[in-house]
Amino acid sequence: MLFIKCPYCGDRSQNEFAYGGDATVKRPEINKEVSDKDWDNFVYLRKSPRGKHLEFWHHVSGCRQWFKIQRDTSTHEIFKTFKVTEEI
Amino acid sequence: MSQDYRLDNIGLINRDKKVSFKFNGKRYYGYEGDTLASALIANGVHLIGRSFKYHRPRGFFGSGVDEPYAKVQLYKNGESEPNVSATEIEIFEGLESESVNCWPSVNFDVGAINNFLNKFLPAGFYYKTFMWPKSFWYKIYEPFIRKAAGFGVVSVKHDKDRYEHKYEYCDLIVAGSGPAGLASAYAAAKNGAKVILAEDKPRFGGSLLTDEVNIGNQSGKDWANKIINELKGMQNVTVKNRAQVFGYYDHNMLVMSERLTDHLAKPKKYTPRQRLWYIRAKEVVISSGSIERPIVFGNNDTPGVVLASAAKEYLKVYGVLVGKKPLIFTNNDSAYETAIEFKKNGINPLIFDSREKPSSEIINEAKNLNIEIKFSHVVVSAKGYKKVKSAEVSKISKDKNTLGKIENVDCDCICVSGFWTPTIHLSSQSGNRTKFDKNIDSFVPNQPKQKETTVGSAKGTFTLEETLKTSFETGYQLSKKITNNDKKILTPSVVEKKFTKHDKFWCVPLPKGKKYKRFIDFQNDVTVSDIELALREGYRSIEHVKRYTTLGMATDQGKTSNLNGLQLVSSIEDKIVPDVGHTTFRPPYTPVTIGTIVGREIGKHSKPTRKSPMHTWHKENNAVFVDAGVWLRPRYYKKGNETLFQASKREAANVRKNVGICDVTTLGKIDIKGPDSAEFLNRVYTNAWLKLPIGKARYGVMLREDGMLMDDGTTTRISENHYHMTTTTAQAANILSHLEYYLQVVWPELNVNVVSTTEQWAGAALAGPRSRDLLKKIFTDLDVSNDNFPFMGYLEGNLSGVHARIFRISFSGELAYEINVESNNGNFMWEKIIQLGKEFEIQPYGTEALSTLRIEMGHVAGPELDGRTISYDVSLEGMLSKKKDFIGKRSLNKPAFIAKDRQKIVGLVPIDKKTSIPEGSHLVKDVNAKLPNPKLGHISSSCWSVEFNNPFSLAILKDGKNMIGQKLFAVSPLKNKVIPVEVVSSHYVDPKGERVRS
Repeated sequence: MLFIKCPYCGDRSQNEFAYGGDATVKRPEINKEVSDKDWDNFVYLRKSPRGKHLEFWHHVSGCRQWFKIQRDTSTHEIFKTFKVTEEI
Repeated sequence: MSQDYRLDNIGLINRDKKVSFKFNGKRYYGYEGDTLASALIANGVHLIGRSFKYHRPRGFFGSGVDEPYAKVQLYKNGESEPNVSATEIEIFEGLESESVNCWPSVNFDVGAINNFLNKFLPAGFYYKTFMWPKSFWYKIYEPFIRKAAGFGVVSVKHDKDRYEHKYEYCDLIVAGSGPAGLASAYAAAKNGAKVILAEDKPRFGGSLLTDEVNIGNQSGKDWANKIINELKGMQNVTVKNRAQVFGYYDHNMLVMSERLTDHLAKPKKYTPRQRLWYIRAKEVVISSGSIERPIVFGNNDTPGVVLASAAKEYLKVYGVLVGKKPLIFTNNDSAYETAIEFKKNGINPLIFDSREKPSSEIINEAKNLNIEIKFSHVVVSAKGYKKVKSAEVSKISKDKNTLGKIENVDCDCICVSGFWTPTIHLSSQSGNRTKFDKNIDSFVPNQPKQKETTVGSAKGTFTLEETLKTSFETGYQLSKKITNNDKKILTPSVVEKKFTKHDKFWCVPLPKGKKYKRFIDFQNDVTVSDIELALREGYRSIEHVKRYTTLGMATDQGKTSNLNGLQLVSSIEDKIVPDVGHTTFRPPYTPVTIGTIVGREIGKHSKPTRKSPMHTWHKENNAVFVDAGVWLRPRYYKKGNETLFQASKREAANVRKNVGICDVTTLGKIDIKGPDSAEFLNRVYTNAWLKLPIGKARYGVMLREDGMLMDDGTTTRISENHYHMTTTTAQAANILSHLEYYLQVVWPELNVNVVSTTEQWAGAALAGPRSRDLLKKIFTDLDVSNDNFPFMGYLEGNLSGVHARIFRISFSGELAYEINVESNNGNFMWEKIIQLGKEFEIQPYGTEALSTLRIEMGHVAGPELDGRTISYDVSLEGMLSKKKDFIGKRSLNKPAFIAKDRQKIVGLVPIDKKTSIPEGSHLVKDVNAKLPNPKLGHISSSCWSVEFNNPFSLAILKDGKNMIGQKLFAVSPLKNKVIPVEVVSSHYVDPKGERVRS
């Protein structure tokens, strides 16, 4: 079980959190034209890297904030956690 | 029976307390502090079970978690437990146990015929035999394998014992309380670290309990006692015995099972039997020690063949002799300690040492005690069936390939020692890539991946002096890193005997012409020839050899067999052991009861139960409840002998005729506030929201980004920047997360806040043609006329002094209202409405009637919004705004979504107007068509229409738009039904929707 540092609450066990997918994916802007290809990339296509991965997590059983984790997908090492507004 | 093998003046058991117990129906006596194994051996009982495959007689081999054979079925307080290790369970008054894996009895076991049929039971036997014919599997092979497999019988009764879980955090956890563990824990604790010290056995001290050593000016045992007592008294230290750290998981999460009452005859009520600890540690010290490994020789599984270290522990801890004519067979010095202990207690041992001319302090001591030692000698095979009676021995050549003349030596036990294997399981589980240490012929921990340090013999450090030195240092350094304290304890001086090198010898060759079974894995009956066969048949990877032969599998996980197996594979393959590698160590290190893993999360405790504020009223009025997510909802209110069908029909009919009241508290409610709320709703719903007036509600549908329907509900504008959203009961939590995601991650510029208010509001739906008349009675000072309070209107009112929100919305398709009050007023509201509703013949209705009402109206719910449908499919395409963007809109132009024959919701009526159509049935055109018969759609919801008094269903049907009037078949192989049906409109009742607006 991972030990995750919520940027708002501090260290908590994984069972308080929900995984939220690849955090490098950006939703195309609303009310703007978007090509089929860009839209499909956003909806469906995800990389599955071995190694560093930036991902969203949601502190569901806590402060209910979404935030970002940089995690190694093979070792589960967590390098850093960020608020949504923070960049690496 | 008297305890013939018990000595009077040695051991740590409590001789003041005699304990009686039963094994295979016979009564025996032991002492408090005995294990079942030590007590049975004291009584001269060596035959405890039969082996897994050949059903050969088996006795005791080890003295703890290493034990491969001695598994019993345990009976206690009416409970029965399989696979209990006799070497670990402590006896208590009234304990009852039985042998496993034998029939009709352990003394006469029919399965032992396998021993003589072994030609037909080679490695991979199961894979070779049970493959064909396929039809034999269910009736012949599987029952046979099930009967033959396993250790004991699982109880099918409800487990009455109590198990608990505990979460703990510490600076340092120390796994194992031998010298390494004690020293590390003590050094760290003295330096201010928060320490947990865990010991699997009842007694702390590990090897210090049995080794003849001195620490400081005390015996090892006394030193261990002193340290443990001091640790127990320290505020920053938790000391646990009978506690096995069995798993090492990510981010330094250790899991430990603590056995609290297994050793007690009558545990106190509410004391958990076992407790599972989840421990998050900043640093981990692994001091799990080492396990003696056997030397492989002929018939080495005969009862009476034991590990030399086990013989010593039985003697020194329990005062029990494993035999009175012991033969010690060793390739190293440590077994000499066992021989010396025998000698000191008046027993004459005979030592066979495979080494040619070893010389050391302890060998000299044995010689001085006049113990007979034969160097360059080995045990070729054990003789005796149910107990060792003698041993075939021989001289062996220097290259260990040639045996000399075979002689017979009388003995009643053979204590074997093939050197020591560090217990690296926890370290390996943590991700440490272990390395092979040629000096000790074993794997040891290498670079840690997590924050763990292995010390003592678990690391291959076999001298006490070095162990204490490194362990004190480790405890000090780790605690210093965590606490920044700098208090260092001096390492005490040590007196111990120096050992010389062991012999790299582990398997006695077969004498010419003999075909003795030489067991490598005792628990699974894996012999040298099985592994040879596996390699001949082409298995190379050690992981494959393991699975093919079952080497190292089952409950003991090869604690005594792994390295010998590896040695054998590497010698045949002419590789060195590190090239062969070892199989993966997986948790748990020792078996853990399922009850412990589950803990208190059973039955009602497995998930929260949410009840509405009106729950007690429902109960008092004969509600039959149903689980709706985590909620308990009334399914129907039973009158007299009514069935579910009769009751729900009555309740639904009353809604259509008079007025019904339904508890809708469980609906998800989300409070939305902020100046950008309208814009936000406009983006998450498919229809337009910017112009919703204050005091009006609107129905809305949400999509996922892939265009699929996600949820529906109504949202009401309470005031300028304040909205009240409802979701379906099932999706409430997901929708909140969804909204939060878009507000926090995607559109943080929107100034909106959302919060769940599901539990803050109690809700009651009033539905039926007389609901307005009732509403007038409830809110006497409100104008609830159709003009002032039209469909989708919203009002606030005073319900006999209680503030209420009134929504004119309808799920039943009738004229209907939903009234919300603060939760604590819920029951007051409910009873008030029931009281005022009497004159309108009000009746409560449950979820079954609720479903009936919405199905015959063609309103969609969970079964239609199943994640595989789009708006078009459920005829909600009219709500897709063309003027604005919304979540999922961009996905709607996919070819499959706009295909001409796209699936659409329809209604179905059985041709005979009698037969209900099971939900989940498939629709086909021709019931006799060739298989695979093309599926045209499926039935999503079924009910008995109270309006037309015949069955009615909703279905998602291919090209449903053009199928009205067609005749199809609903097929349910599960219910074995084929029902001819006619396709009709999904709006079966009131297709124009006039009633809700009336």
